Amino acid sequence: MNKTVNQKAWFLVLPVLVLVAFSAVIPLMTVVNYSVQDTFGNNVFFWAGLDWFKQMLHSDRMWNALGRQLSFSAIILAIEVPLGVFVALNMPKKGFWASFCLVVMSLPLLIPWNVVGTIWQIFGRVDIGLLGYALNKLGISYNYTQDFFAAWATVIVMDVWHWTSLVALLAYAGLQSIPDAYYQAAKIDQASRWKVFRYIELPKMMGVLMIAILLRFMDSFMIYTEPFVVTGGGPGNATTFLSIDLVKMALGQFDLGPAAAFSLMYFLVILLISYVFYTVMVNLDKREGK
Amino acid sequence: MAKITLDNLAHSYLPNPQTEDDWALKELNHDWQDGEAYALLGASGCGKSTLLNIISGLLQPSQGRILFDDVDVTAAPTAERNIAQVFQFPVVYDTMTVRDNLAFPLRNRGRDAAFVAERVQEIARMIGMEDMLDRRARGLTADAKQKISLGRGMVRQDVNALLFDEPLTVIDPHMKWELRTQLKSLHHEFGHTMIYVTHDQTEALTFADKVVVMHDGRVVQIGTPQELFERPAHTFVGYFIGSPGMNLFDARIDGRTAQIAGATVDLGAGYEAPSGRVQVGIRPEFIRLATGGNGVPARIRRIEDVGRHRIVRLDVDGTRISAIAAEGESIPENADRIEFDPQGINVYVDDWRIAPHGEGAR
Repeated sequence: MNKTVNQKAWFLVLPVLVLVAFSAVIPLMTVVNYSVQDTFGNNVFFWAGLDWFKQMLHSDRMWNALGRQLSFSAIILAIEVPLGVFVALNMPKKGFWASFCLVVMSLPLLIPWNVVGTIWQIFGRVDIGLLGYALNKLGISYNYTQDFFAAWATVIVMDVWHWTSLVALLAYAGLQSIPDAYYQAAKIDQASRWKVFRYIELPKMMGVLMIAILLRFMDSFMIYTEPFVVTGGGPGNATTFLSIDLVKMALGQFDLGPAAAFSLMYFLVILLISYVFYTVMVNLDKREGK
Repeated sequence: MAKITLDNLAHSYLPNPQTEDDWALKELNHDWQDGEAYALLGASGCGKSTLLNIISGLLQPSQGRILFDDVDVTAAPTAERNIAQVFQFPVVYDTMTVRDNLAFPLRNRGRDAAFVAERVQEIARMIGMEDMLDRRARGLTADAKQKISLGRGMVRQDVNALLFDEPLTVIDPHMKWELRTQLKSLHHEFGHTMIYVTHDQTEALTFADKVVVMHDGRVVQIGTPQELFERPAHTFVGYFIGSPGMNLFDARIDGRTAQIAGATVDLGAGYEAPSGRVQVGIRPEFIRLATGGNGVPARIRRIEDVGRHRIVRLDVDGTRISAIAAEGESIPENADRIEFDPQGINVYVDDWRIAPHGEGAR
């Protein structure tokens, strides 16, 4: 077949190029621009090369924030994934209660981040919050504004409350796609409950679970609003995750150069980890035969 | 292996069945002999899967009992019945190797490793998959997967029965033959009681020693393929088995003769004067075309050549019927009569066959 050559067709691509340029490329390039320059005000900039990157790589502050961030993501994944699967396994399969559960499960997902933060901020307060007040009355010392452990627990429980539903709903969808014959065959083969889970349910859920893990990882790695509203990154720097630290640096201290270098590295880390996840997922799907 | 007895069995999916129609499976008494191959044949929704699920224990019958070798298992769960089932869609454990799949039912029952290995090897030879034992089940073809689920069913030597729920639905036509032949030879070799559910008459007739024809929740006939062909007990059997099915004529019976469309037909045997809707059934194979004479007047509508023989479509007094002309048999150009071979005649009253005088109770 002969292809028609018409260079004017490039104009059809133009709108997309313009949109992407304004929404992604230009803002990102602005950040790149800041990351290689220094300024002493008056909109006068000096070339700084890779100095900011070097400085950030040797900055304890960033490494600590990264450490906290990774711990946070690891902890919430370790809780939300098994819990979500457990919830999905115990949800009714059909009928009124199945729909009811689905609606109730989706509710937390519909609440905006800062509202979730506010709910837990109030809920955990020791003077008027139901949780904070009750815990202290029970003799458990709990104050997320002063105690490192309490602050972490609050932020983690809040995230679990907000997002376990997502994992559960995805896992539930995976479970629903398993034909009844599999369960009947398992009964005939006298497979134990654990083996049914291990050899039927888990393999069928693997695909959606990988998506759930990827989504939850990316989202938790970029978390900002909820901990900011609840603890403001405190006590001290205890819950200062990467985004919170970045905002403090960029807008609080107005250190544009280091903040720009910081955000570029942040971006690359997310890109890298997502790429690894994606590759693993695709290979899991393709793994056939041996 | 076991004899399976269905005692007074019936099932309804409704909590309080009122009318006859509420029963998905109407009352049924039958023994399935040990070591025979049965086919459950019927159209979709006739209750054959319901019956199979009751035998396998996935469904509790509303009434009656089911016995394996005279032991009541009505309330026993599937696992305790020691049966094997092959489903419509191949069920394999994707993440396991073929070997682990085959070993799964034995390992779950705590058999020792040496025994398991030996059985798996034996079964793999039977289903012809010895060279695939270490492959993962994921990504195998549908027929290979179906063979694995068959093998998983047979790996236990002591299974009471092997149940098949339309197992060849997703298999390519040329593999269907191979698998069916394999099933049959496995049955001859090992003598399991086999129950095979299908809506395909060819599958049923080639596979089974005895075919159980179901219609509308009721077992209408149990018989060998030959019996179903020659002496259908119900008009449905006549219609459902055979290609094309049996022809039915409204008739008036008088001793050894019947009045059909104004002509007198010899029935070959005497009948009691019946009451109800009387029909004479005759398969297309037993109809000959004739010109003139005193046969039943008929008009040829068209002739279909299906290769091995030709199917003649006719019109008798407004009723459409078919006749089969064997290869080489000439069809008279101006045929206007049909004649019946008395051998192939059956008489039906309200859809059920009545026996002529002199036919022993079977």
